[in-house]
Amino acid sequence: MNSTWHPKYWRSIHNLSGEHRASCRNEFPPGASEWSNPVTRRQFIELAGGSLALAGFASCTRQPRQKIVPFVHQPEGMTPGEPLFFATAMPFDGFGIGLLAKSREGRPIKVEGNPQHPASLGGSSAFAQASILSLYDPDRSQAVIHGGQISNWSSFQLALYEASIAQERKHGAGLRLLSETITSPTLAAQLRAVLKKFPEARWHQFQPVCRDAAREGAKLAFGEFVEAHLKLDRAAVIVSFESDFLFAHPDALRYAREFTTGRRRTGPDEAMSRLYVLESTPSITGSMADHRLTIASSEIEQFAGLLARKLGIPGAGNVGIGPTAWQRFINTLAQELNANHGRSLLVAGEQQPAAVHALVHRMNDQLGNRGKTVVYTASAEANPVNQTNDLAELSEEMERGAVEVLLIVGGNPGLTAPADFEFAARLERVPLRVHLDIERNETADRCHWHLPGLHYLESWSDIRAFDGTVSLIQPLIEPIHGGHSPHELLDMLLHPPPRLAYDVVREFWKEQNLWPDFERGWRRALHAGFIEGTALAPKNVTPRFSKGAEPLTASAPEQPQARSLEVVFRPDPSAWDGLYANNAWLQELPKPIQKLTWDNAVFVSPALAARERLRNGDVIEIDFAKRSIQAPVWIVPGQAENSLTLTLGYGRRGKTAAGYNAYPIRVSNALWFARGALLQKTGKKYQLVSTQDHHELQSDERQIVREIDWRTLQKNPGALRATVEAPPPSETLFNPDEHPYHLNKWGMAIDLTACIGCNACVAACQAENNIPVVGKHEVANGREMHWIRIDSYFRGPPENPAITHAPVPCMHCENAPCEVVCPVEATVHDREGLNLQVYNRCIGTRYCSNNCPWKVRRFNFLQYANYQKKEMEPVWNPEVTVRWRGVMEKCTFCIQRLSAARISAKKENRPVRENEIVPACAQACPADAIVLGDLNQREHRVNRLKASPLNYSMLGQLNTRPRTTYLARLRNPHPALTVA
Amino acid sequence: MSEILPKPDRAKSSETRPALSPLGYPLPLLSPGETYESVTHKISAIVLGRTPRAWLGGFAVAFSLLMLFLIAIGYLLFRGVGIWGINIPVAWGFAIVNFVWWIGIGHAGTFISAILLLVHQKWRTSINRLTEAMTLFAVACAGMFPLLHLGRPWVFYWIIPYPDTMGLWPQFRSPLVWDLFAVFTYFTVSLVFWYIGLIPDLATLRDRAKTRRKQVVYGALAMGWRGSARHWQRHQTAYLILAGLATPLVLSVHSVVSFDFSVALVPGWHSTIFPPYFVAGAIYSGFAMVLNIVIPLRKFYRLETFITKRHLNNMGNILLATGWMVAYGYIMEGFMAWHSGDVFEEYMMANRALGPYGWIFWALLCLNVVVPQALWSRRVRTSPLLLFTVALAINIGMWVERFVIVVGSLHRDFLPSSWAMYSPTIWDWATLAGSIGLFLTLLFLFIRLLPMISISEVRELILERSQPAHRAEG
Repeated sequence: MNSTWHPKYWRSIHNLSGEHRASCRNEFPPGASEWSNPVTRRQFIELAGGSLALAGFASCTRQPRQKIVPFVHQPEGMTPGEPLFFATAMPFDGFGIGLLAKSREGRPIKVEGNPQHPASLGGSSAFAQASILSLYDPDRSQAVIHGGQISNWSSFQLALYEASIAQERKHGAGLRLLSETITSPTLAAQLRAVLKKFPEARWHQFQPVCRDAAREGAKLAFGEFVEAHLKLDRAAVIVSFESDFLFAHPDALRYAREFTTGRRRTGPDEAMSRLYVLESTPSITGSMADHRLTIASSEIEQFAGLLARKLGIPGAGNVGIGPTAWQRFINTLAQELNANHGRSLLVAGEQQPAAVHALVHRMNDQLGNRGKTVVYTASAEANPVNQTNDLAELSEEMERGAVEVLLIVGGNPGLTAPADFEFAARLERVPLRVHLDIERNETADRCHWHLPGLHYLESWSDIRAFDGTVSLIQPLIEPIHGGHSPHELLDMLLHPPPRLAYDVVREFWKEQNLWPDFERGWRRALHAGFIEGTALAPKNVTPRFSKGAEPLTASAPEQPQARSLEVVFRPDPSAWDGLYANNAWLQELPKPIQKLTWDNAVFVSPALAARERLRNGDVIEIDFAKRSIQAPVWIVPGQAENSLTLTLGYGRRGKTAAGYNAYPIRVSNALWFARGALLQKTGKKYQLVSTQDHHELQSDERQIVREIDWRTLQKNPGALRATVEAPPPSETLFNPDEHPYHLNKWGMAIDLTACIGCNACVAACQAENNIPVVGKHEVANGREMHWIRIDSYFRGPPENPAITHAPVPCMHCENAPCEVVCPVEATVHDREGLNLQVYNRCIGTRYCSNNCPWKVRRFNFLQYANYQKKEMEPVWNPEVTVRWRGVMEKCTFCIQRLSAARISAKKENRPVRENEIVPACAQACPADAIVLGDLNQREHRVNRLKASPLNYSMLGQLNTRPRTTYLARLRNPHPALTVA
Repeated sequence: MSEILPKPDRAKSSETRPALSPLGYPLPLLSPGETYESVTHKISAIVLGRTPRAWLGGFAVAFSLLMLFLIAIGYLLFRGVGIWGINIPVAWGFAIVNFVWWIGIGHAGTFISAILLLVHQKWRTSINRLTEAMTLFAVACAGMFPLLHLGRPWVFYWIIPYPDTMGLWPQFRSPLVWDLFAVFTYFTVSLVFWYIGLIPDLATLRDRAKTRRKQVVYGALAMGWRGSARHWQRHQTAYLILAGLATPLVLSVHSVVSFDFSVALVPGWHSTIFPPYFVAGAIYSGFAMVLNIVIPLRKFYRLETFITKRHLNNMGNILLATGWMVAYGYIMEGFMAWHSGDVFEEYMMANRALGPYGWIFWALLCLNVVVPQALWSRRVRTSPLLLFTVALAINIGMWVERFVIVVGSLHRDFLPSSWAMYSPTIWDWATLAGSIGLFLTLLFLFIRLLPMISISEVRELILERSQPAHRAEG
């Protein structure tokens, strides 16, 4: 037990390195004491003008154009004041995530995961949660733009008609379409129809976070494009070659659920899966690893080769012997994998080259995992192609002048195309360029026509999930700014006058003859949100060993030159590829692990920082592939020593998020990583804001996050019980039975073994509870408003620490320290044990926050909720008060949901059901780490969790008796790799 | 009025033997040359005479700072407390530091007036009026902060128990409610005590005023004082009763203020030592502020005959004594943190000394413990300049002490994930400077409009000097 209880935790690399001595002398961090938040005259007039103009707009209501019929008879199922839920799907990187959208009086206000949808299983991501804000974003594209001037759809239709007549004569020889990954069956059919009408036209696909390597790897291994589907709940040993399958994967939500299912253990006789992760920069998957090897991205190929050779698999090539540090790791891995035949699983990261994918396919095959822990299907994509080559071809044609009409259907290739394609410049050579997208982005500005696109909540469409299941996207609101969907744009090309997207999608499915009674089938599919039975069938593929005689891997990389570093590109957890750069909820979300907000940074290792004398916020110049950019650095524990990790999607002009743009040095032969970058200090500083920095935790004696090895727990199930908890009743003056809580008694349990730290709960809470965004300056001041936050703690050496995430909402203490100090009874206890905050009684002494040991209370230091911005008003949840300046607020366990459940239970004279009282955080959690229930109803799952030997109260020794308790993080390290 | 007073015997007064203090110091409480007339004339002339130029200069500075205060408050009410550097976890910043500091300063007045009166320390006479005024002004400054620091200051009255339509009372378990009572009571009693002491002097001013307006104003304020024996008898009784009432308040106010901290469970606040430690600190800073005010005034208005070196020496002694009480508090805080064996307490102490605000802690020890050791030397205690410097150091040190307690404890409490730094903004500083402006403005007005030394009590001293055996009862 002791071995579990003497880890050393620390929070900040800055302090661990001893540098904090210097900063101690400097009382206030640089720039922190300046009053740098002035409202300039220009800004003021801008804002004032904007508000005035919008005040005018606000009076115009949005009514559908077609027909307006008042409710003479109330529609069935609709009660004013009651929310309605509609199943729909969110496209993410081309694949669909099934959602249920909540509509209040005709406006969508919140999305939840669709529990029946295979790509969601009821969970959702921060992107899905924040997508509701993008719908109402006033910076969205609002009008047809022609040559920089506002135009209209009919002018565009005329121009398109003229162009299509001209192209029709040439069989479309000059017509090109460029889209992102398309999985929509309807859109694919329309594209095929376009290609039929214009036989010499071409359709290209490109998106910056592409999956080319996975496709090529599958082709290398199997001779055809197949997708690997992981069955994480069936695997006993999982090895990730830099795959962030728990977060950055089209099927991440499902994987997160299945992975944690294989990890959540309470009884001593169950087996627990073990996760090995090799990666260069700490990811969410890496933070869940039992063993994480910090390794440069470019070395993973060699590692995979060495492992393959050890496992006796051909095709590893001349991989050398590798660093001695790997030996023990490789030996243990090989031994474990061989011992778990058919129960292991190797995963190659989408950013790893095709050779690694091919090797992983072979190893999985050799280890008997094919068909067991990994299942192959055809791709859900309509036309899986190597997108990099596809775009290269297009840009080469543009250079040649072969492209006369280019329709860019979604996406922002003008920004995101590999730098060596010079796509933006070549675009200028196309005589007619049309761009359709939800935002007027860098590509729009280089096109003759920019057309406003539609958000998924205002358009009809369909989309396939990663497993192929078709979801129907149904709108919840009439297009706010009157855009059109790609279906309508393509239909303009096909049959003017165009049909509505609804008709296009519906007619497509009618033609499929899926259901004997179309109307019923269609309605059922709309209701469920997906079409049953459309998942792709498993495909029996075998690796082609005969052709694999040639080595898959390149020969072992030579030692890197002095000062030459590796650049690694990653999609950003807040901006992704740039799509969410204007989403304030996502920008204020502290990024997993680094907890940075509002900016991206170049992640450097502590060792590199020490070598180059870099400190957080130092601006460096990175020279790579004859190009260079300047960016601030952030020191990240667990980063590979010589890797610089850059995240995509920032540095975009006019967007909410600031940051730097990494695309200018991202070239086609180094889409994800490459060696050969040079780093130069510029001497400049940039203020990066993190919500959890400059802290050090000197010892584990605080026992905030507790963790235990699976084996230790098996030997001694009471190991954690012996740790510090509340004093026994004989030692305290507080009577534990003072308040009996006869009715409901709400309690929450958070499983640290399951929490992957993905931020979905934080974003969901923000959406549900009308939590304002405060901006970078206020976050720098320590005034972020999130009611739930994810604390990340590191343990072990800064080169490769173990990471633990702990979501921290309000503890709802029974002896709440905040309640006794409030002079006006603005924070009180209710008879269900909730610690309530009465906003209109609060006078803002902030004493409650001082006395809260978890510091989960949030204060409206200024007027954060923006009452002036009327166009953002529809996003507010009408069931939650919008808080005024000067009052305290905090987690309520989503009391509005509890009340609704209580009311309906009372009406039906039954106890509250467990599935009615799901707070936003628990509902969003893809890993099912948060459970709320009634402690008085024994069958509620929360009681089982609280009875677990892993259950503990964070800071329980303070005897506040929190209702929110935690289940200690279980780890399952291999004995041979455990550092003695 | 003067005919009612006992006639001084000039011959006797000139041959008075040098008064010896109980400790044997050959320091007089009053210069030997002072008579009833000279006392009355000298003190009332300050009020009734022409406005000195230097006073105008000083007042201009103070008034400018007061205007800064008004601007800072105006902007605060317009934007919200977010204009300050406070955050989560450091939700209390300068406002509370200033509050505790000012309340502390407000302790010396009542201590000198009431406690020293009760224990017959006659030397208090020359300074008690001034220190009482200082108390009032300091408490007035202090009282601003708990209101201004509220998120919604316009509803501050919800903290007061009054029958309202909402049917709500304050939450009496909160020390902030106790605070309201403690501070308000203290202010009221101090004000009444001060005013009652002023009445005979106001009558003197009324009698000596040359202009009609002054006669009316001072006359009204004197409430018909004629100096009859009955008046004196009642006045002295009331004064003594109020002194008795004020004495426990001196101890209670800062004890209650300390509850704001010690009731909370924040490491560094949650301590039983706080009430006595805060009271000692309050008297310490109060006396330091008295010296900082008295020494320049004594010099400027040539009051050396009233506020003699013996006064300075005595106050220096009190500083030394209370300084050691405070130092004992510091030692005990460290000891208890270690003795508790509590990881949070231990870390709090280590962080206080070695954390990011460590230098402030060492500055505090230097200002509050090291520098005042100079007061062991009588030369320092009787040298106005040196004493002034030491007192200034203590005043700053006591402000810093409150900063260490408030900010230093909050910025790193239980969960390291919430730890943060606090950096005051320009508005924090403006509010602090502005409150000093308010204090100085009130003080300047006071010395211009009211007698800063109690005329009647000093005359009493002269009486006692002339008839040493005939000690006054009050």
